[in-house]
Amino acid sequence: MKKLATLTAAAALLGASAAQAVELEVTHWWTSGGEAAAVAEFAKAFDATGNKWVDGAIAGSGGVARPIMISRITGGDPMGATQFNHGRQAEELVEAGLMRDLTDIATAEGWKDVVHPSSLLDSCTLDGKIYCVPVNIHSWQWIWLSNAAYAEAGVAVPTNWDEFVAAAPALEAKGIIPLAMGQQSWQTSGAFNVLMVALAGKDVFMQVYGDHDADVAAGADVARVFEAADDARAMSAKSTVQDWNQATNLVITGKAGGQIMGDWAQGEFQVAGQVAGEDYTCLPGLGVNEIISTGGDAFYFPVLSDAEKSEAQGLLASLMLSPEVQVNFNLKKGSLPVRGDVDLAAANDCMKKGLAILADGNVIPDPNQLMSPDSLGQINDLFVEFFNDTSITAADAQARFAGIVGSAD
Amino acid sequence: MGLHDMAGTKRPNRLFRNLNAKIAAIPMILTALVVFVGGSLWTVLYSFTGSKLLPKKLFQWDELFAIPMPEWLVSDGALNFDIPVGFVRRSYVGLDQYERLWSTNRWVISIENLFIYGIATLTFSLVIGFLLAVLLDQKIRFENTFRTILLYPFALSFIVTGLVWQWILNPEFGIQNMVRGLGFENFVFDPLYNPDIVIFGILIAGLWQGTGLIMCLMLAGLRGIDQEIWKAARIDGIPTWKTYIFIVIPMMRPVFITTLVIIASGIVRVYDLVVAQTGGGPGIASEVPAKYVYDYMFQNQNLGQGFAASTMMLLTVAVVVVPWAYLEFGGKRRG
Repeated sequence: MKKLATLTAAAALLGASAAQAVELEVTHWWTSGGEAAAVAEFAKAFDATGNKWVDGAIAGSGGVARPIMISRITGGDPMGATQFNHGRQAEELVEAGLMRDLTDIATAEGWKDVVHPSSLLDSCTLDGKIYCVPVNIHSWQWIWLSNAAYAEAGVAVPTNWDEFVAAAPALEAKGIIPLAMGQQSWQTSGAFNVLMVALAGKDVFMQVYGDHDADVAAGADVARVFEAADDARAMSAKSTVQDWNQATNLVITGKAGGQIMGDWAQGEFQVAGQVAGEDYTCLPGLGVNEIISTGGDAFYFPVLSDAEKSEAQGLLASLMLSPEVQVNFNLKKGSLPVRGDVDLAAANDCMKKGLAILADGNVIPDPNQLMSPDSLGQINDLFVEFFNDTSITAADAQARFAGIVGSAD
Repeated sequence: MGLHDMAGTKRPNRLFRNLNAKIAAIPMILTALVVFVGGSLWTVLYSFTGSKLLPKKLFQWDELFAIPMPEWLVSDGALNFDIPVGFVRRSYVGLDQYERLWSTNRWVISIENLFIYGIATLTFSLVIGFLLAVLLDQKIRFENTFRTILLYPFALSFIVTGLVWQWILNPEFGIQNMVRGLGFENFVFDPLYNPDIVIFGILIAGLWQGTGLIMCLMLAGLRGIDQEIWKAARIDGIPTWKTYIFIVIPMMRPVFITTLVIIASGIVRVYDLVVAQTGGGPGIASEVPAKYVYDYMFQNQNLGQGFAASTMMLLTVAVVVVPWAYLEFGGKRRG
């Protein structure tokens, strides 16, 4: 009799704890060292609420992970929450009613007032309803320079793009690659977009990517950008590495002068033990136009039938945006927080430069927020071809670029 | 045969012959119809839509009923079987996807690459496979050992094959480095980094992987040739090479056709080899159609474009297979 009572009690206890700790699977593609440390901050905070974070990291990159995530959601096996980039990658999933509406939580917690810049929340909004939680801001508009490489070539570290181009022959004379560039398509088109923002300015960028204006894309301002891209092609001719972090490594080891890459490159310098200002120099907006884009990551929550899991989703959503978690996560990730009201005293020099630009409001949306993956894919194809085939002239490439922009959606 | 067929008009219908076997095959036939024919038709149909991440709905039933019916139709109660205009949604874009496909540089390069890779694979794997089989057929010692060694690469997946050859052809680690180490400082061999010849770098890996199987098929064919024929040829004083070309090869026709089908299907679906070796690079110089389909369907979230590309692939196969099947099977029955 006593045995039975114990058994019942044990069963009741088990049942109770099972009801409390809801397991929520979260999929993402953050697998490098710094990224994994950052995502562990989310997991720690979520586990502290008595629930259980089930980590669903997908190795590879976003291009590998997103098809898997999408097919799981459309195939009826949704996860608890999933990463996408700011922008339109999940737009059709939202339209198809597969994503959970977070408007009630967002209104209760006043997300509209805390998320800065507000374009991040706009990207989450469809027909006035909010479907995702922005978690960080990554910007593309940086060039990372190796102080050691310029010291060896005997020239001063450039402070803007024109000086960078002018210093190239001195580097080449010493057998140093002036510009490191990975050969994956997104890197080449990304570098081009950085050149466009820096050399042609914010308005031209917005007319091309925001309004899809083919006349501007074929015009004189963009022609100058294509000439700069032609320079970049010549300077990166000897850079045959594939991955972005291999290219960053060329800069870290002083084999290359510089690399145009987003602020995630910073993590590589940190891992290598280099100090901003001493070992490497960062120039936001290529030292010409100090404007940064506000791409980054957001979390979406697929519609689930289980009421307990849905509740846990809501909990996770508000947790991701809470000030404490925002600071812990972004310090590890090397990205900027999406809240303007948190203190990042521990940030390094380059991050502080970024924060200052962000505070001044010199921001543009990321191309992912402005064009569909289809149009951006075509632009990627164009630039990877342009950077690898010197027989394509800048004018030819610009004509094709204008064609893509004109038919973009 | 012809006479016999004509006399057989009074026999029971051919459809009902072997009825049990045919009933047993019904599930298989249904599966084939749904998966292959149904799937293909679905793909072709949706290639005429502007589907992005998810397939667009072709028909919108509520729109059908929302169309205001003319007075006379409602009062008469007559049924109109014409499809109303609103019935087919605006998701239908006609041939737009195909126009875009053929004006895309990447697709044209993909097709060119497939063509070069296809012709070269077909020629080289048949020739090399046959020569290896002939050599093995000379009653040599350790035939089993050689056969195993030559067939071994076939046991590897394309991904592994691609990675291995990526390393071998890498100028810094592979053949180029090795030869330079021997003292030839100016030796250059970097097919995977040269856009003009990159497809041949992929071809080398493909041949290395697939030729062993072709050799085995050919060897089986050679073993099927009656030894009496060899003896007769020898008595007639025909040289060995002539016996192979004019007697043995024509007799091996069925084996050649099987081999051809296996090689051809391998050519059209080449994808993983390219992904592992070059990822389509340098630039877009080694892109292939299957990769275009995958990238557009899953990365660029444009199903319509991917479907159009895969329909073109189906068409390419059909253009080759249909006339051949007609000659091979259709011709005989009538004769």
